Amino acid sequence: MKKHILPAIKLTAVMILFFTVIYPLAVWGIAQFAPNAGKGEIIEHNGKKHYVNIGQSFTEDNYFWPRPSAVDYNAAGSGGSNKGPSNEEYLAEVQARIDTFLVHNPGVDKSEIPVDLVTASGSGLDPNFSVQAAKVQVARIAKIRGIDEVKLNQLIDEQTEKPLWGMFGPEKINVLKLNIALDQLK
Amino acid sequence: MFTLSILLAIPYGKYIAKVYGGEKTLLDPIFNPIERIFYKISGINPQTEMNWKQQMVALITINMVWFLLGMVVLMNQDNLPLNPDKNPSMSADLAFNTVISFVVNCNLQHYSGESGLSYLGQYWLMFLQFVSAGTGMAAAVVLFRAFRDKSSETLGNFYNTFVKSCTRILLPVSFVIAIILAFEGTPMTFEGKDAITTLQGDSVEVSRGPAAAFVPIKHVGTNGGGFFGVNSAHPFENPSYLSNMVEMVAQLIVPLAMIFAFGYFIRRRKLSWMIFGVMTVGFLMLTIPNINMEMNGNPAIAAMGIDNSLGAMEGKEIRLGAPASGFWSIVTTVISTGSVNSMHDSSMALSGMNELLAMMINAFYGGVGVGILNFFIFIILAVFISGLMVGRTPEFLGKKVEAREMKIAMIIALLHPFLILVGTALAAASPQYTMDSLNNPAFHGLSEMLYEYTSSSANNGSGFEGLGDNTPWWNISTGFVLILSRFLPIIGPVAIAGLLAQKKYVPEGDGTLKTDTATFGLMVFAVIAIVAALAFFPVLALGPIAEYFSLY
Repeated sequence: MKKHILPAIKLTAVMILFFTVIYPLAVWGIAQFAPNAGKGEIIEHNGKKHYVNIGQSFTEDNYFWPRPSAVDYNAAGSGGSNKGPSNEEYLAEVQARIDTFLVHNPGVDKSEIPVDLVTASGSGLDPNFSVQAAKVQVARIAKIRGIDEVKLNQLIDEQTEKPLWGMFGPEKINVLKLNIALDQLK
Repeated sequence: MFTLSILLAIPYGKYIAKVYGGEKTLLDPIFNPIERIFYKISGINPQTEMNWKQQMVALITINMVWFLLGMVVLMNQDNLPLNPDKNPSMSADLAFNTVISFVVNCNLQHYSGESGLSYLGQYWLMFLQFVSAGTGMAAAVVLFRAFRDKSSETLGNFYNTFVKSCTRILLPVSFVIAIILAFEGTPMTFEGKDAITTLQGDSVEVSRGPAAAFVPIKHVGTNGGGFFGVNSAHPFENPSYLSNMVEMVAQLIVPLAMIFAFGYFIRRRKLSWMIFGVMTVGFLMLTIPNINMEMNGNPAIAAMGIDNSLGAMEGKEIRLGAPASGFWSIVTTVISTGSVNSMHDSSMALSGMNELLAMMINAFYGGVGVGILNFFIFIILAVFISGLMVGRTPEFLGKKVEAREMKIAMIIALLHPFLILVGTALAAASPQYTMDSLNNPAFHGLSEMLYEYTSSSANNGSGFEGLGDNTPWWNISTGFVLILSRFLPIIGPVAIAGLLAQKKYVPEGDGTLKTDTATFGLMVFAVIAIVAALAFFPVLALGPIAEYFSLY
């Protein structure tokens, strides 16, 4: 073993240099050409900057609500609820979310609420929700903002992102972009 | 996606076989000079032939160096550079667990990347992701060599195969993927957290970091340790469906290619098709039900009367969806990656069981290098059992399998269930240390503990992450499971291969048991099924199966 120690240390040192300095710098160099120079994609709105990929919390009735989050959309960290499917406490929480939603959205039938609106995402930062999740909130927002429902549905259609190459993955909507577009409607 | 991975893996396997065989390849002009510098500085002669024992000594020595250096880095990171978020140093037990876990290619993470590591710490772990994968591959190559030559003592040079694995096999693929991810939206910046005001007016912070270079090797090297806390569920780490596909192919490609490389290297391509066939049947038997169950969703939530058509969305991301998440959950557990794109703790009960089974078997594809070593153990067992059944001398590739090899194979095959079951039993028997860390009650709580030890022993690294595992109990107990379950299953198969290599080659005759046929494949599958089912069925019945019945 002894005769291997010194070569092992030296080999480690030179490999650290190669794999943790040269390789990342090469990637970093190329990433300068990526969106926002690799600092995370952003959109500017009213002089404020927002990260496109990071979901935000919307609790007021005049915005589209995103999915529940185990970390309240604070992207300093990330996390899911990690609740098991049979956990009684968890199931009660889901039931409470359904009830709350129905209180804020009178006239909506339970069977119209899509499951993503009452379950927390894995990261707690999910920037998207399903198309149905937007549609089910249209009546509420139309009433509060005094905008025609047809116009809102058009907005949803515009904001719907199709699956990759038309076939891979679900249809989805970026909640932040949708709400920014909603603000611009007025 | 899966077909694409196979199509890519076949030529890549050929390339790997060429690299290990020392033949000319396309990338020689780049890597020959680089490797020459490596060897010159470290004073290693990569042409010195070693036998299997010398290789194992070299392997363990360099792993020790990484472990000690790692403890120093992680316990002092707050005083070291590249720490824009001022994250604290790790406690001794957490550093112990983290370093071991990355040295052994497991990447169990009892910390959360955003708050637990500086960028220097992250990059130290990235270094370990490269070299631990290289270690596993170098060990597998000893096995390759042992069956290529008819009879030999020397089996190549550890440093040579190890360095080549890192530079020529892992790095080029990682580099390409890093660039794809950077353009898909994964950050690559050395700046720290960004404070922003949301549209609604709340103040939040957004963690960033040089993640684009880190994420590829976590998959290509089947390490699985994420940059951010929630791994590939994080919208920065896995920003789109496309990045999800790329990361999926990234983790499948090397384990698949190693199977084909084995066939090319020992010039028995039919054998690698047998291995591939058995592994794929097993893989599909776990994957298809999982995709199905996740798409069907949680019956308890469906009973509430809402629109459940998206499937089980708790712990899953909309941009990926339930089917892709269910598929990933098996890919990552069958292969010892352990990165997650959905929270396994919230998977349906029987999906959770399949994830556990995938790790309990740990040989359908398996981790880079070590997957094939684990599978080799099952082959040796199958050779012996079929030999007994038909009354022939057990032989594998022209080498007699005798008592000594069988003993080693038995010990290694039983070590894995032993570590998992004893670990879980101890945890269940010590509620004063473990009860508080559970996130779910009843059967699911047992599954959380079982998953933690299974993931450790399989060197997988995923978790039922509800488990509050940053306590001395979990850090230390899983740390020891990790060491044992990494190095013994490397040394065991390599020792068998080394012993077999020294034996005289017996030419194949009419009396030889053919090991590259479908019949023999079935035999191997049966051995795997029996070892896994008998050892693990009781505990699975208490955990996920009991939970399943409580849901209906």
